[in-house]
Amino acid sequence: MRKIHPAVTTLAMVTLAFLYIPLLAVAIFSVNATRYGLAWRGFTLDWYVKLLHNEAILSAAWNSLVLAVVSTVIATILGTALAIGMDRFPWTKKTGTTLDLVLHLPVVVPDIIFAAALVVAFGLLRMFSSLFEPGLLDMIIGHITFQVSFVALVVRSRLVSIGRDVEEAARDLFASTPYLLRRITLPLLLPGIMAGAMLAFTLSLDDFVISFFTAGPDSITLPLFIFAAVRRGVTPQIHALSTLVLLTTVLLIIGMERFTRK
Amino acid sequence: MNKLLIWYGELTTQRRLTKRGCQFLGLGMLWILLFLVLPGLVLVVVSFATRGSYGQLEWSFTIENYKRLLGFSVFGWTADYISILWRSVWVAFVTSLIAVILSYPLCFFICSRPERTRYLWLMLVIIPFWTNMVIRTYAWFLILAPEFPPARLANLLGFIPQNTPLYPNAFAVYIGMVTIFLPFVALPLYASVERLDWSLVEAAQDLYASKVRVFMQAILPQTMPGLSVGVILTFVPAMGMFVVPDLLGGAKYMLVGNLIEQQFGASRDWPFGAAVSMGMMVLTMVSLYLYRRKHKEMQFI
Repeated sequence: MRKIHPAVTTLAMVTLAFLYIPLLAVAIFSVNATRYGLAWRGFTLDWYVKLLHNEAILSAAWNSLVLAVVSTVIATILGTALAIGMDRFPWTKKTGTTLDLVLHLPVVVPDIIFAAALVVAFGLLRMFSSLFEPGLLDMIIGHITFQVSFVALVVRSRLVSIGRDVEEAARDLFASTPYLLRRITLPLLLPGIMAGAMLAFTLSLDDFVISFFTAGPDSITLPLFIFAAVRRGVTPQIHALSTLVLLTTVLLIIGMERFTRK
Repeated sequence: MNKLLIWYGELTTQRRLTKRGCQFLGLGMLWILLFLVLPGLVLVVVSFATRGSYGQLEWSFTIENYKRLLGFSVFGWTADYISILWRSVWVAFVTSLIAVILSYPLCFFICSRPERTRYLWLMLVIIPFWTNMVIRTYAWFLILAPEFPPARLANLLGFIPQNTPLYPNAFAVYIGMVTIFLPFVALPLYASVERLDWSLVEAAQDLYASKVRVFMQAILPQTMPGLSVGVILTFVPAMGMFVVPDLLGGAKYMLVGNLIEQQFGASRDWPFGAAVSMGMMVLTMVSLYLYRRKHKEMQFI
């Protein structure tokens, strides 16, 4: 442990306060009994109760959940296969670099440009099929595209760290490819896959830009709902909703840390 | 090509191995090519197309959209779009700079905590990193409201009239941007600060280096890897950010992200929106290139 200057401590505290005071304010005003203004009028949980009776919010929460679950499941399968394919085969250096480049594309392309590209691409696809109307399917496709890379990167680092000794031993004993995958590789990879899936899930819940560009009128998610609502004016109900989203995030982070620290 | 070989305990041939590898890679790669690379190329093509009178695409190719982005229109030359582009670069730069300045003390502080509690302090940076940016942005509506000290102080100093909130304006945009991106700098930087070799810092101090020099020559080079990741993670998305300027900046402080959003939303002018996206992409690449060149020079010193 090193001693640091008191000024450094003070600055760090001010920075943390800067990060947390707005969030605390949201939490505090979510239990404030007044509808208008920012004066404190006593504690209430009314706003939380009202949330449960708000159809629009419930359907937004449902959409968020469906979007996150479906896209995470598909992205985890694709990403895991991609990671195994990249790490466990004798690709030449040139092929490897190309694969690496493609894999990193969704991570480095600014999300607004990716979203714009999707809008245009789905717009053209709509000429052939009405399947690609703005809505849940478009959003799921968009989310999977950026999730795949993150899952593959996380799983690949796990693949590298578990090494190939056990797999080689199994091969020596004439294990077939499906058997090897089912009994050796996937069980060893499980913590990495879970961490990747958690990351993908959090990314999907957190995403605003891709959803904003690809959503249709029936596929509003929670971040989109909050954005539209605060543009009209903030209400205690929105504070309550935001506080719940915040708490869910904290729980997810704790879960994610559990998996990655093992 | 088709010789037998032993690949980690498996007797197989090169061709069979390649085939199996492609089976693993196939779907994932196809997905990224189909839904990212291909749409990207389509976006490039569309940026040369024309907008029909109802907002539909017309395939007569011109460079009109790019000329418009550079400010040439039927009414003569204006700097509107160029100033939006320039402002985005500037905001991204200032945001990164402030985030870096605030991140150093924060990281040093966390590293100075005992092992047991260090992790909890780190969690305090991880939580905002993952919290939805819409929530973190609108949360400033409350703090900057007319009833609270910041707006009152600004009123006393004569910046704003009484009973008005401290948004929307440029100041609120910077506040919002820094809160969003601070964890993006602090987390990678922390990884570097944690591994810092303090004996080099002490050696510099023993040799009577000034505080500035200790930082520039003993601390900065050692933390450069984390700092670089942090700055890139901040600069690139900060340029395209549209939630913060939309909520906290209003119409007066538009950034390139808002301009793109407008073309795909209200104005329904996809070709121009595509051209603006291309412009932003070019600016991002140029900035990263300049940053890397500067970085290399620093290693020389």
